[in-house]
Amino acid sequence: MEICGWGRFPRVECRIGFPHDEESLRRLVTSGRSIARGNGRAYGDSALNPARTIDMTGFDRMLAFEPQTGSLTVEAGVILGDIIEAFLPRGWFPPVTPGTKFVSVGGMIAADVHGKNHHKHGSFGAFVEWIDLMVADGSVLRCSRGENPDLFAFTVGGMGLTGIILRAAIRLMPVESGWVRQQTIPACCLADAIEIFERSRSWTYSVAWIDCFAQGNALGRSIVMLGEHAVRAELDGSTKSTPYAMAPRRRRRLPLDAPRLALNRFSIRAFNAYYYAKGRRNAGSSLVDWDSYFYPLDTILDWNRIYGRRGFAQFQCVLPLATSLKGLSELLAAISSARQGSFLAVLKRMGAQESRFSFPMEGYTLALDFPVGAASLALMERLDAITLAHGGRFYLAKDARMNAATLERADPRVGAFREMRSISGAAHHFSSLQSERLLL
Amino acid sequence: MEPIMATQKRSLLVIGGTSDIAKETALTFARNGWTVIISGRDPDDIAAEAANLELRVPGSRVAAAALDILDTESFVPFLDRLPSLPDAVLCAVGLLGNQGQAERDPAHASLIMRSNFEGPGLLLGLIADRFEARGQGAIIGISSVAGDRGRASNYVYGAAKAGLSAFLSGLRNRLAGKGVHVLTVKPGFVRTRMTAGMKLPAALTAEPRELGEAIYRAVEKRRNVIYVRRVWRPIMFLIGSIPETAFKKMSL
Repeated sequence: MEICGWGRFPRVECRIGFPHDEESLRRLVTSGRSIARGNGRAYGDSALNPARTIDMTGFDRMLAFEPQTGSLTVEAGVILGDIIEAFLPRGWFPPVTPGTKFVSVGGMIAADVHGKNHHKHGSFGAFVEWIDLMVADGSVLRCSRGENPDLFAFTVGGMGLTGIILRAAIRLMPVESGWVRQQTIPACCLADAIEIFERSRSWTYSVAWIDCFAQGNALGRSIVMLGEHAVRAELDGSTKSTPYAMAPRRRRRLPLDAPRLALNRFSIRAFNAYYYAKGRRNAGSSLVDWDSYFYPLDTILDWNRIYGRRGFAQFQCVLPLATSLKGLSELLAAISSARQGSFLAVLKRMGAQESRFSFPMEGYTLALDFPVGAASLALMERLDAITLAHGGRFYLAKDARMNAATLERADPRVGAFREMRSISGAAHHFSSLQSERLLL
Repeated sequence: MEPIMATQKRSLLVIGGTSDIAKETALTFARNGWTVIISGRDPDDIAAEAANLELRVPGSRVAAAALDILDTESFVPFLDRLPSLPDAVLCAVGLLGNQGQAERDPAHASLIMRSNFEGPGLLLGLIADRFEARGQGAIIGISSVAGDRGRASNYVYGAAKAGLSAFLSGLRNRLAGKGVHVLTVKPGFVRTRMTAGMKLPAALTAEPRELGEAIYRAVEKRRNVIYVRRVWRPIMFLIGSIPETAFKKMSL
């Protein structure tokens, strides 16, 4: 069956296994190389293996919940949106969420995803209590900070390359409502945006959308959006009596691939200018429901089709604090002068994080997407070089095209990761097109 | 999602409660305030399924009761042991089996027939008697478009489902006017474990969740026979109207 990541590039014919219990999974794991796949939200080739891709969405049971602590035990294929649907009415919310709720818990752990609160709460891995992992010989190991701690540390952010995540206990966070108080602040340039992030570090959530067509003095102009879970006292009327209830959102679907010309430099530039103007107009404070706040794109199902049949590639790097302003300026200038502006460009302040192989580190992360083509692939090579020159590194959950040398130069942890894979036997049982490309 | 009025909750018994269709249907009923009893062969499996359902639907009440659809002797004691007669029963037991093997191996063919027809028919018949005596109840049987016409590729399964469809149709006829509603569901293609890995045409393929919601609506509206995606009705009408002389030479 031909499958692909969320970016729809590359598309690859893969043999897919659909295990429905531990025994059938064990047969797949012990019979050759494979990679686990959750809900297919990694953008590139992280969850593609032509020889055997294991679809874990059949492992979709919620197993247990402790209301005293907020600890929820689920199978790896459970979808984040289903957790919110089940637990927000009980007053709980995921402590870390990526930009879509259509991710599986296994995928969130494997990519060690981050959200708009990384600067304050860290990545998803910080809220994982334990993981049950099927390793190379088919046995299942409980991993936590106390039990098999090395395996636990490598599995969080390990891109599925240490074994197959079967189930996990994660810690939810209590909230008083399903609403978010949002503060919108326009920033006239990159330095201004960074200044706003730095003085807003006490806010739980912060993220900026960047107009990547702006040049010169306006380079990096953006709309910074800060957010805080609303408490009951901030609500009124009917929302106060039912603080977790939301009117259902209308979902739209992109029924067709957009034609190649629909998303061209002019339409993207117009969108960017429009979005900036709208953000400036709406500056100030407002109450937003959780779904619109955290998952604006989820209302348009299959939004990835907007890039047409060729698909798109994401670029996401993080730069250390000290080099952020200079490095980001160079990245944005390269994008702007290549006239390859991105539809969605997102900037985010990250906090410090110790990890074996996870993406986040203290500094600023920039995420962009480009329709796949010779020009954009060449541009991304230049962005790689700028990132390397400023001591940055790359997010593997987004990547579909980086080369092994770049990864190795960006990340001194690669050697230890490879060694762990080789000693544990994982290297012979778990691999993806990405791990082969990056020689992991 | 508790109902606003604290009326007595209605209850649904789900037979074959670990299938994807059963899970989604149980979820929809639970979201609408029904209590659910999950039954199936493996006690651990149905207990996990019951726990899953209670976690997914705040305020729901879900129980588990073991039942093997091939053990027809156990049906009466199983029903006698239930704390109360449910308001509705969903039979989602199904075994697709392997057509080639069924042609060579009578034991496999028999297993397909017994799992899809004999067991479900006998059990639903017993429940129908109890519903009739009470003068109220809904019987939901998951049959299949494969039962509408026998095809070379899956006629053992198809014949068993045809038997179930006819059985449900007969029950409906018998119980019309006696307060008992009988719903036959012919899902068409559904993205489930049973069809995992098959290439299915997107427009004809329903998601399990869609199916759960369609079944719930059909029970509320007391429909008789539903195809989940409407396009299946004209398709099956066309397939049904091909003359046998032509049909026997076709590969469908």
